[in-house]
Amino acid sequence: MSNVAQYDVESIRNDFPILATEVHGKPLVYLDNAASSQHPVQVIHAIKDLYESGYSNIHRGVHQLSQDATKAYENSRAAIRGFINADCIHEIIFTSGTTESINLVAQSYARPLLKKGDEILITHMEHHSNIVPWQMICEQTGAELKVVPISDQGELEMDRFAELLSEKTKIVSVVHVSNALGTVNPIKEIIDAAHAKGIAVLVDGAQAVSHIPVDVQALGCDFYAFSGHKLYGSTGIGALYGKEKLLNKMPPYKGGGDMILSVSFEKTEYNTLPYKFEAGTPNIAGAIGLGTAIEYVQSIGLGAIAAHEHGLLEYATSKLKEIDGLRIIGQAEQKAGLISFVLDQVHPHDIGTLLDMEGVAIRTGHHCAQPVMERYKIPATARASFAMYNTFAEIDVLNEAIKKTIGMFS
Amino acid sequence: MDNLRELYQEVILDHNKNKRNYRKIENPDGFAHGVNPLCGDQIDVYLDLKDGVVEDISFDGQGCAICTSSASMMTVALKGKTEAEAQALFKSFHHALTDEKQHPEDVPLGKLKVLTGVKEFPVRVKCATLAWHTFDAAFKKLKDEITTE
Repeated sequence: MSNVAQYDVESIRNDFPILATEVHGKPLVYLDNAASSQHPVQVIHAIKDLYESGYSNIHRGVHQLSQDATKAYENSRAAIRGFINADCIHEIIFTSGTTESINLVAQSYARPLLKKGDEILITHMEHHSNIVPWQMICEQTGAELKVVPISDQGELEMDRFAELLSEKTKIVSVVHVSNALGTVNPIKEIIDAAHAKGIAVLVDGAQAVSHIPVDVQALGCDFYAFSGHKLYGSTGIGALYGKEKLLNKMPPYKGGGDMILSVSFEKTEYNTLPYKFEAGTPNIAGAIGLGTAIEYVQSIGLGAIAAHEHGLLEYATSKLKEIDGLRIIGQAEQKAGLISFVLDQVHPHDIGTLLDMEGVAIRTGHHCAQPVMERYKIPATARASFAMYNTFAEIDVLNEAIKKTIGMFS
Repeated sequence: MDNLRELYQEVILDHNKNKRNYRKIENPDGFAHGVNPLCGDQIDVYLDLKDGVVEDISFDGQGCAICTSSASMMTVALKGKTEAEAQALFKSFHHALTDEKQHPEDVPLGKLKVLTGVKEFPVRVKCATLAWHTFDAAFKKLKDEITTE
């Protein structure tokens, strides 16, 4: 608890200008962080400063601005390397986000490798972005998609995972933290089991990197994907980590500028890592903002953030459990700061609208995880998700707003 | 909060709790399955026509309070209406929720008027219109079948 006691949430909140706004005349209580987190002023300034005094296209420019922008862009890549402890900088590929990262691995790693009869192993708690790219690969190659089931608590059935991991399995793609349930999956165990059979593993870290420290070398994963906008950065930027020896063997995912060494109509030679996978002018400001966001997170410390968010989760869980007719969907032993719930009397969309009138922003719907909804026989859930800047007082506001909602519908 | 009361009026809450015509019709003349892919709401509409009049109409499925009560109120409003009256009511209801300007051909909405508060909540308009679009689809399918026979 000493970490939590020293954790200065008010000073963190002061760094996030949007938290001072009001919604429908009430102070904003922003609990939609699993969809997108807010920007600290440091990130906003980094992007603003770039456009006001440092912006230019990167790479190959001989003029000063281009060199400065290139340096800032590549510094962000270095920041990401340090953040997830990759072995070398060129193992970090900038993408538009987790979705593109997964599609890159699917198309560039899996597609050339797979043939009819091979299997791709995912889990029942994947986001659509870690389902659909694999279904596309299955259509293109004749491979088959296998799915690890989940328990009533929202945990992976690891004995079924062990059974499904077979000689036919060519890649395992699994979410680190479930966006619909909050479950933290035993990634290390999954990676070790897959590696014992020589199978590569992609981890979807979209919901993990802002909540728990990630060390890709300690995990040993082959690929790790995440987005900037859930990590206090902007939309349209994210990263893919891949092991150098795998990335080197993979063909480019997109063709265009920046990913080539030389082009003639007879033959094109591809660029080296990481540029081989970065065709076209990238999201320069987004990348620089993401680097700043990572520095900001590191300045507070992911350990301290995780402890704070865990405190919020425990407090909110105990409060919400006291509410009659409220059911928490996803009660895994290991959870990140996120609560999905349904009410007996009130549909999630009505909850969303009523909470909004109290200034409380949550997400309602299927959370791009329709198989999860189908698993628990519910059409949708209401989801409150926490970030480093949320407070215990905000949980009280959420709690009261839910009670008020029930009162209106009873 | 005034807006909210406007959205969740007593009549709406009542229809949500005590759904009218919430049942299947066996071998209906018309049927359609309506889905709002954004939120997962699903409404089935069953329709029986006799001599150009809506003899029976019912729905099932699941949705939010706005979606459910709109479906419930729709079935009450449409029962006994002629095909032309039903179509006119659908158009007028749709205009009332989505259009700023008055349409000269619009007919009075009667009790359905309580649903027009949804207009202040643009993301919820689709909740209120899902059942009506599903009815329209069921009706059009039925008409297509009749004309192609």
